[in-house]
Amino acid sequence: MGDPPPDPEPPSQPTSSRRSSQVSERRRTRPSVAPLVHEELQQIPLDPQILRGSREALSNQSNLHGWPQSTSLTPNENLVFQAEDSYVNPGFPAAVQRQAYLSEGRLQASQNASLMLQQLQQGEGNLFQELESAYQEPPADLGQFTMYQREDLPFSQGTEHGPYMTDDPTLQFSPSELGFMSFNMELPEPEPRELAVQNAKAYLLQTSINSDLSLYEHLVNLLTKILNQRPEDPLFLLESLNRTTQWEWFHPKLDTLRDDPEMQPTYEMAERQRALFSRSGGGEGEQEMEEEVAETAVPNIMEKAFYFEQAGVGLSSDESFRIFMALKQLVEQQPIHTCRFWGKILGLSRSYLVAEVEFREGEEEAEEEELEEMTEGGEAMEAHDEEEGDEDEDKVMDVIPKPTWKPPPVIPKEESRIGTNRYLYFVCNEPGRPWMRLPHVTPIQIVQARKIRKFFTGYLDAPVISYPPFPGNEANYLRAQIARISAATHISPLGFYQFGEEEGDEEEEGGAGRDSYEENPDFEGIPVLELVDSMANWVHHTQHILPQGRCTWVNPLQKTEEEEELGEEEEKADEGIEEVEQEVGPPLLTPLSEDAEIMHMAPWTARLSCTVSPQYSVAVVRSNLWPGAYAYASGKKFENIYIGWGHKYSPENFNPSLPAPIQHEYPSGPDTIEMSDPTVEEEQALKAAQEQALAAAEEEEEDEEEDEDEDQDD
Amino acid sequence: MEGRSFGSPWTRLLLATWRALSRAACAMDAESLLLSLELASGSGQGLSPDRRASLLTSLMLVKRDYRFDRVLFWGRILGLVADYYIAQGVSEDQLAPRKTLYSLNCMEWSLLPPATEEMEMQTSVVKGRFMGDPSHEYEHTELQKVNEGEKVFEEEVVVQIKEEKRLVSVIDQIDKAVAVIPRGALFKTPFGPINVNRTFEGLSLSEAKKLSSYFHFREPVELKNKTLLEKAELDPSLDFMDSLEHDIPKGDCGCGLLEQRGTPQMLLRGLARGAARGYLLGVCVLTRSCIQCIGNTLFCHTPSPVTPRPSVFWNE
Repeated sequence: MGDPPPDPEPPSQPTSSRRSSQVSERRRTRPSVAPLVHEELQQIPLDPQILRGSREALSNQSNLHGWPQSTSLTPNENLVFQAEDSYVNPGFPAAVQRQAYLSEGRLQASQNASLMLQQLQQGEGNLFQELESAYQEPPADLGQFTMYQREDLPFSQGTEHGPYMTDDPTLQFSPSELGFMSFNMELPEPEPRELAVQNAKAYLLQTSINSDLSLYEHLVNLLTKILNQRPEDPLFLLESLNRTTQWEWFHPKLDTLRDDPEMQPTYEMAERQRALFSRSGGGEGEQEMEEEVAETAVPNIMEKAFYFEQAGVGLSSDESFRIFMALKQLVEQQPIHTCRFWGKILGLSRSYLVAEVEFREGEEEAEEEELEEMTEGGEAMEAHDEEEGDEDEDKVMDVIPKPTWKPPPVIPKEESRIGTNRYLYFVCNEPGRPWMRLPHVTPIQIVQARKIRKFFTGYLDAPVISYPPFPGNEANYLRAQIARISAATHISPLGFYQFGEEEGDEEEEGGAGRDSYEENPDFEGIPVLELVDSMANWVHHTQHILPQGRCTWVNPLQKTEEEEELGEEEEKADEGIEEVEQEVGPPLLTPLSEDAEIMHMAPWTARLSCTVSPQYSVAVVRSNLWPGAYAYASGKKFENIYIGWGHKYSPENFNPSLPAPIQHEYPSGPDTIEMSDPTVEEEQALKAAQEQALAAAEEEEEDEEEDEDEDQDD
Repeated sequence: MEGRSFGSPWTRLLLATWRALSRAACAMDAESLLLSLELASGSGQGLSPDRRASLLTSLMLVKRDYRFDRVLFWGRILGLVADYYIAQGVSEDQLAPRKTLYSLNCMEWSLLPPATEEMEMQTSVVKGRFMGDPSHEYEHTELQKVNEGEKVFEEEVVVQIKEEKRLVSVIDQIDKAVAVIPRGALFKTPFGPINVNRTFEGLSLSEAKKLSSYFHFREPVELKNKTLLEKAELDPSLDFMDSLEHDIPKGDCGCGLLEQRGTPQMLLRGLARGAARGYLLGVCVLTRSCIQCIGNTLFCHTPSPVTPRPSVFWNE
């Protein structure tokens, strides 16, 4: 009870106490006084802050005097109230009388206030009964209030009233309530209990003058905390929890750094992508506007996304637009001549967006040299390691035999702009993240990638752990898969590309056909229905990769001059055995109808995008060999895209290839093979043979000696 | 399923209708179809506009005719000749067995029989892609022992397996392996039936990153094997299904979470290796934002079932 008593009148206490006892006697005889009290109570709790701020409540009390006018009571009742008022007032100051119950009565009444108001307004007939029943004080509850009364109002009448006052708790309450005690016995159980609970709660809800925190709220906080945290021994921890809870209440979290860290990555991504949308540099922007729509290498992603959507594939339109902005960024950063959105490779934790680009003439070499230096550095390191190994070998007493296995000849990788390295590829995980350039692919990587099957993780530097071992990390594996997918699934309508006339006469040395083509300016487009009906109307426009891992065949045994000098002798031995057959693949611009069937399964499926209106639909071709590879064509327009996991379809389950047979450690011969022990007969036979031999030898010796003698004689 | 692979990209878009904004059930189905398709499009699979429009129309009629509580568009199975579009009807109890329908043109739907174990046994020998014709019969030659008097012959018997049967068992296997819901999206009432939790607001980011906040949307299998100590932590009204946490294989081959496009949505791509013994990939899209929760949108894709061989040792 934080409120200071309004009329603390120590001198008047004797009179007030006397008054209360007198009044109580009178009330017992006249229960009809009840409405007076309730009417007064009802006004106080109307203030919603009554539970907390007690000072306002005090000001409300001034209204008390006007209560009869503000209610909707019948004239009869009004008469009663007025009479009551006049009756009580003589001899006692009205304020003192009300204050006696107010200090706690307003709290008790707070819960019931609205209810009572309703009741008052509703049935006048039942009014008294209802009010009486609602306002019963269960005797058990009173002790609590006595305690509390004493603490807060030491000056109240209770302390002055001698032993009977403490024993009889009813006297602690306002005179008006005393009159109701007689009804206690007649009332049903639950309601008083409920009220008791409400009273207890109201008591717990009160706040002290020192803080706004009530015991009730504190307990709620504490219990919530215990239930949320579920500590192991709550009773043991109660004391400390009690303290920390209170501490936390008074020390709200002020550290803004801790504010909602959850969405951090999301905000970061939005910030990155914002950079895509804002034009780079204010001055340049104006210039660009003046230049009008200049020729740009950035493809029209949105148009292609529209056609692919017709086909039921592709990304959503907002993602497509983000990719478009990301490609624009890439074109601005790099000296790019042509650019194409190749597709998306899904990974376990992140995906790759792949851009297929061609650099402007001459731009590529500088960067390549850097790359080569890097690789050379690596090789130098390896060589150094080998030397060290040699030194070690010398030191070791028991020389480790050198393996007889020779690595297969390294097939040189194709130059940039040729074959598998025709294009450069950039990847990024999400629009807005930096584009990363993939290294050129080597034939051995393609060969090994065919033998393994791995999910991409989304991190380019992740190792590729597999058998057979893959030379390189995920960036190399990704590049190898891109090369394989491109070679298998990049198709265009027949006639869109044609061989250049000048080059047409030249026959390639490898015999794999011409490796370059140009756009056919006379291409008119093939009707959609024909494109769907016959796969002969589609051609591959990317070179087939030979089993060797290159598009053009190279004889692996053809060695450079240096090597020949070094290993001339060995070569002579080998030559006769290994004569490699030249690998030949289908030439460029071969129709799809020539593609091989695998497991009686057509490698391509062609559809109309919309069967309902064939005249307006586009032709869609789906690769069954590389799930996720699609192409569409409509008129002169066509596009290829790949969105998938980077895995080739195989009708059988994938089995990793078995390890190679184990080599022999040493040539097996009589030295290493254990002999069976000789039997006794054999031993005896041997012994006899030895003796015989010995005897023969002696004889010979004698003969020789004789001979020598003879010689000497000579 | 050993030694077999399905047709490739399986699309599975399981639409759910739990959204905090309570509206008429029919409106929700339609809306969440488009929304879920949009969210799942990051995987490259979608529906063309004409398919979308016809689905919205025909599924409404399916719901009326079969008296389903709600209809979920399950996904698409690509065939060489034609594609199957699959829908499922759900009764009041969300976990109760569903009725599965298929359509080749998104307009006319036919009911599929419920899957049985026998069916699974029979169809597990079929390899290769779906054709797109339910009456297509796969031929499989089996060696059967034939008793003729005292002699026992091994005879080659050609078994005919209808594609419809295979379709049923494959759908069932995918459901068991990769149907996933976020924790809290469904709750179990004390009387047994499982209801949609309308107060579910999606998972928070930190929760969404944990595999333990996702459940297999099927009758629990592993839950019974848990110890009392483990069960003590569970909330019986929410944790009544198997969590993804203990799925095999773990790590990079297990279920991976994928954060997509920086938008407040979480994509769950599960590489669950369940009954199918191949890797099935599923995507579950969850959002927390104004949309509250989309429910689960699943997309399955089997590029290549993988069966690890017993490892070969180098020892002699």
